[in-house]
Amino acid sequence: MKPLEYHAPTSLDEAISILKAEGSQAAALSGGTDLIIQNRARPLDLAHMVDIKRIPELNVLEYDAKNGLRLGAAVPCYKVAEYEPIVRLYPALAEGAELIGSIQIQSRATVGGNICNGSPAADTICALIVLSAICAIRGPDGNRDVPAVDFMVGPGETALKPGEILVEMRLPPPPAQSSNAYLRFIPRNEMDIAVVCAAANITMDDKGVTCTAATVAIGAVGPTPILVQAAGAVLTGAKLDAAAIAKAAKAASAAARPIDDHRGTVEFRTHVAGVLTRRTVELAAQRIKEDAK
Amino acid sequence: MEQHEAQKNEYNIIGTRPIRHDGEDKVTGRAQYGADISFPDQLYGKVLRSPHAHARILSIDTSKALAMPGVRAVTTAEDLPRLKDRMVAGEAGAENIRYVTERVLASDKALFEGHPIAAVAATDPWIAEEAVKAIEVKYEVLTAVTEVRDAMKDDTPPLHGELTTETLGEKSKKATNIVRHTRHKRGDPDKGFAEADLVIEREFETKTVHQGYIEPHNATALYRSDGQITLWTSTQAPFWVRRDLAELFDIPLSRIKVVPMEIGGGFGGKIAVYLEPLAILLSKKSGRPVKMIMTREEVFYASGPASGTVTRIKIGVKKDGTITAATAWMAYEAGAFPSNWAMVGSMCVLACYRLENLQIDAYDVLTNTSKVMAYRAPSSPQAMFGVESIIDEIAIKLDMDPLELRLKNAVQEGDRRADGPKFHRIGLKETIRAAMESEHYKSPLPSGANRSRGVASGFWFNAGMQSSATVGINMDGTANVTTGSVDIGGSRASMAIMAAEALGLTAEQVRPIVADTDSIGYTDVTGGSRTTFATGYAVYEACQDVIRQLKTRVAKLWDVQEDKVEWGDGAFHHVDNGKSPMSVGDLGPKLEATGGPVMGHGTVNPKGVGAGFGIHIADIEVDPDTGKVTILRYTAVQDVGQAIHPAYVEGQMQGGATQGIGWALNEEYIRDAEGRMLNPGFLDYRVPTALDVPDIETILVEVPNPGHPYGVRGVGETPIVPPMGTIHNAIARAIGLRMRSLPMSPPKVLHEILQRGQTVEAAAPVTS
Ligand SMILES: Cc1cc2nc3c(=O)[nH]c(=O)nc-3n(C[C@H](O)[C@H](O)[C@H](O)COP(=O)(O)OP(=O)(O)OC[C@H]3O[C@@H](n4cnc5c(N)ncnc54)[C@H](O)[C@@H]3O)c2cc1C
Repeated sequence: MKPLEYHAPTSLDEAISILKAEGSQAAALSGGTDLIIQNRARPLDLAHMVDIKRIPELNVLEYDAKNGLRLGAAVPCYKVAEYEPIVRLYPALAEGAELIGSIQIQSRATVGGNICNGSPAADTICALIVLSAICAIRGPDGNRDVPAVDFMVGPGETALKPGEILVEMRLPPPPAQSSNAYLRFIPRNEMDIAVVCAAANITMDDKGVTCTAATVAIGAVGPTPILVQAAGAVLTGAKLDAAAIAKAAKAASAAARPIDDHRGTVEFRTHVAGVLTRRTVELAAQRIKEDAK
Repeated sequence: MEQHEAQKNEYNIIGTRPIRHDGEDKVTGRAQYGADISFPDQLYGKVLRSPHAHARILSIDTSKALAMPGVRAVTTAEDLPRLKDRMVAGEAGAENIRYVTERVLASDKALFEGHPIAAVAATDPWIAEEAVKAIEVKYEVLTAVTEVRDAMKDDTPPLHGELTTETLGEKSKKATNIVRHTRHKRGDPDKGFAEADLVIEREFETKTVHQGYIEPHNATALYRSDGQITLWTSTQAPFWVRRDLAELFDIPLSRIKVVPMEIGGGFGGKIAVYLEPLAILLSKKSGRPVKMIMTREEVFYASGPASGTVTRIKIGVKKDGTITAATAWMAYEAGAFPSNWAMVGSMCVLACYRLENLQIDAYDVLTNTSKVMAYRAPSSPQAMFGVESIIDEIAIKLDMDPLELRLKNAVQEGDRRADGPKFHRIGLKETIRAAMESEHYKSPLPSGANRSRGVASGFWFNAGMQSSATVGINMDGTANVTTGSVDIGGSRASMAIMAAEALGLTAEQVRPIVADTDSIGYTDVTGGSRTTFATGYAVYEACQDVIRQLKTRVAKLWDVQEDKVEWGDGAFHHVDNGKSPMSVGDLGPKLEATGGPVMGHGTVNPKGVGAGFGIHIADIEVDPDTGKVTILRYTAVQDVGQAIHPAYVEGQMQGGATQGIGWALNEEYIRDAEGRMLNPGFLDYRVPTALDVPDIETILVEVPNPGHPYGVRGVGETPIVPPMGTIHNAIARAIGLRMRSLPMSPPKVLHEILQRGQTVEAAAPVTS
C-alpha cells in the first residue's frame, strides 16, 4: 500500500479542482466503506483521497410536498433510514439504506457512495430507479442531471466523468394512492451483499382497485440494475390480483441477465428475481391499503 | 488406574457457575493476544505466497526486495535444513518431516494456492508488503486437482512423484494421490444385507470448510545471539509447536521457549506451525524480533481447513428396525500433503450403531489444496452425515420414530466400535431417551407450511494424552494452579473448580495460570476434548500430592502419627476426633513453621477416556420460493459426563451446534477451475451470524465417566457432529427432498425444488 494524501475541502469547486488535477490518482471519499476496502484489497494505486463530507451541498436532506425529496450524496445511511418523510413516502429507499451493512457501517456509508460505487447489487439503486430519482452532478464543465436508471453503465462504472461529483438525488413527490417497497435476497439474515434484489413502486386509482402506474427494478441480475418495463406494463391498468402479479414476476425473470458466480447461479437469480418482484409488488400494494385506513 | 464413581450433588464446587478468572481481562480488552506483543526494535514479516494451486517453481529472485530501504531479511526454502525422510509426531498420527518442511516453505513445487514461497522482514508492514511484491518468481503452471473424485482417477498425475498408496500396511507399486486405504471389516456384510427387509445405499458429498476462528494466525519470534529462541504465538499446543520447530530446525527442545498468548479461537486449526518457522528464520537473519500476522485471506488460503468428502453408505434393516449390516466407502481430501483424516473418519462413521456385519473402506486423497487439519471432532461430521440421513430415510420407510430406531440399535458399554476397541461406560441410550422425553421433542411443530423437525446423532472419542500440573499453596491457604493447557473454552475456570473441590477451597480462592513451555511439564494439545479430562486429572493428582504433604504437617502440629490424620469434607480430621478439624486455609499460615512451602505435582497419561454422544433436534422452515432454510427451534442433547462448569458446557454445545449449522447451510470453499478460492473472506464464506441461529437449547445428560476422578468426559467436539444430519433430515421431512450434498445453500435447495417442478406436502412429520 502506498502513502495517501487526504484532502478535506469545504467547497464543491475546491473538491472538483483537486479531482481534476490528480486524475486517476484521486478518488472522492464519502463514507469510505467501499473505497477504503477496495484500496486495501486490490490497490487502486490511489495517491489522493478527497473527503467530500464537509461540503454543505452534499449534506442536504429536505422534503416538501411540492418539490419532493432532496438527498445530499454524503448524508449517512442511518439518517436516510430514520428520516420521517422517507420512511413514510419512500419506504423502498429507507429499506435499502437500512440494509447496508450494520449500524456501524450505516453511520458512515452514504447513498451517494452506494450508487457511485457502481455495483449492480447496491441496496439503494433499485429504489432510486423506481422512485424516478434524478442524480444531480457537478463537474469541471458545470452541472448536469442524469436519471437514476441511467446512472450505472456497467459493473463498477457510472455515468460520472473524470472530476465529476454526485451532489444530490432529487425524488419527485409521490402521487396519492401510491407506495413502494424494496427487498433483497441474501443467504444469511445479516451482513451480506444482495444475490438478487428488487423494488416496486405502485400507484392505484382512487378506489384502490386498479393499478394506474407501476415500476419494477431488479438488481444483481445483470451488469447494471434493470428497469423491467414489461413488468410495469402488465401491472398498469390491471387489478393487482395473483394472475397479474405472476405475469409481472415472469417478466422480471425474463428480463434478468445474470451470471453464475460464487454468490448465486443463473437459475437461482432468474427465479428469485421473479419471486422478489412478486413480493415487492404485494408489499407496496399492501402499504397503499394500510395508508388508506 | 483407580476407578471412580462420581455422584451428582456429591460436590460442593463442581457443578456451580463461578465467573471465569480470565473474564475481566477479556471483556475489557486487556487480555494479551499475539497481535498485542510488541518490541521497540521489532520487524514485521510478510509472506510471498503462490498464486497458483499447482506450479513448478523455476526460479526465485529476491535481490530487488533485499535492496529496498527498510528491508532487513528475506528467507526462502533454502534456509531450512533439508532433512531426510523421517516420521515425526503429527496432529493425527505420524508425518514425514520432509513434507512438513515442504509445507512450511515450497522448494521446487507450489502445491496449493497460498503455499509460502518466501518471507520478508522489514521495518514496517507496508514496506514488507511492497518487498514481497518485488520478489520475482518464475512458475511453470501445472494442472490443479482440487476434488477427491478427480484426484483418485488413474490418469490424474500424482502431486508428489514418489508417493504410493498404503493399503492395510502394504505399499502400492505405482505412485498415486491416494495416501492410504484403511479398512475395517466385521462379520459378513453380504449375508447381513441378504437378511435385511430394506437396504438403502446412497452417495453423499461435503465441501471443504474452515474453522472460522476470529483471530488470524500470528507469531513473533526472537532468535538470540546465543541461539535461544523465544516464540510468542496463538496456538492450541505450545509443546507441539516447540516439538515441530525442534524437528524442522533439527535442534534440541531446550533451545526453544514457546509462550502461548491468549487465543481467539482455534477449533483444531491452531495446532500446526505456519508463520512460526518463518518468523524464526527472519529473526535469525536480522537479529531482531520479527512479528507476523496473517490476513483473513491468508488464513483461508493457507491454514488447515477440514476435508471435503465423498461417501457412499449402505445400511440394511429388518422390518422391526434392527440393523443387519452396514458398509461405508469414504474418500477424504487430504490437501497437498499426506494426512490421516479418512482413517479417523473410518473410526467414527458407524460408531453410534451396534453392528455384527460391517465393512468400511476409507481413502485419504491428495489434492492441490492447503493441508487439511483438525476441525472440532475432526472427520466425524462428514462421516456421520450420510449415515444419519439413511437412518432417517429408514425410519420414514418403516414408519418408526427416528429416535426409537436409533435407540433400538444404539451401542452401549461392552459393544465394539467398527475398528475394534470396546466402549467403556457410555451414555448414548440415556441421551436418546433424554431427547425423546424433552419438551421440544414432545411438543408439536409450530404450525405453518414447509416446516418440519429433524433429528440426528453424533459421536466423538474424546481424548486422554499427557498433561502436567502444579499446585502451590499460598501463605493464607489460597492456591495457584499452573498447567500447560491453553485456555480456549473456559478451562481456567474448570481447573480452578476441580482444584477447589479437591482442596476444600472456593473457586475464587484458586488462581489458574497457563504457563509457557519453560515453566511447566510437558502437556499435549488443548483439543480433542481432552483438557478438562486429562489436565483436570493432573490438577486432581497435584491436589492429592498437596494433601499428602499437608497431612504430614498436620500430624506434626497435632503431634500424632500420620495415620491418625484423615482428609475428608474439605478438612483434615483426627481419626479419634481428638482435635478440631483443620482446613487448607488454616494450614497456610503454618507452613513456614512446619517445614516451608508446599507444592504439589501431577502428571498423567490417562487411559480411561469416555466417549461422548449427542442428539440434536431442529425445527426448520424452507422457503420454497428461494430455497432458504430458517431454523425455528434447536435443541442439543448430550452425554457430557460430569459437568464441571455447566455454563461452559452449555457454551460448548451451543458453539459446536452453531458451527455445524454453518457447515450444513452455507459454508464451503468455492474454487474456480484453476483451484483458486473465490470466497476467501467472511463476506462470502458464510459462517452464521447471531441472526441466523435461534437460542440453542441444551440438555445436559450426566453419565459420569468412571475413568476420571470427577467423572469428566469432554464435551467440545461432539456437538458439531449432529447438525448436518439434523437439518438435512428436517429439510427432507419438510419438503420431501433429500439433498445429500452440503452445504444446503439456497441455490442448491432451490435447484432441487425447481427440478421437481413443485413443492410437495411434508413427507412424514416427525411428531405425533
Ligand atoms: C461490512 C460491510 C457491509 C456492507 N454491506 C452492504 C450492503 O448490505 N449493501 C450494500 O449495498 N453495500 C454494502 N456495503 C458496501 C458499502 O458500505 C456501500 O456501498 C456504501 O453505501 C458505500 O457508501 P460510502 O459512502 O461508504 O462510499 P465510499 O466508499 O466513500 O465511495 C464509494 C465509491 O463512490 C465514489 N464516490 C462516493 N461519493 C461520491 C460522490 N458524491 N461523487 C462521486 N463519487 C463518489 C468513491 O470515490 C468510491 O469510488 C458494505 C460494506 C461493508 C464494509
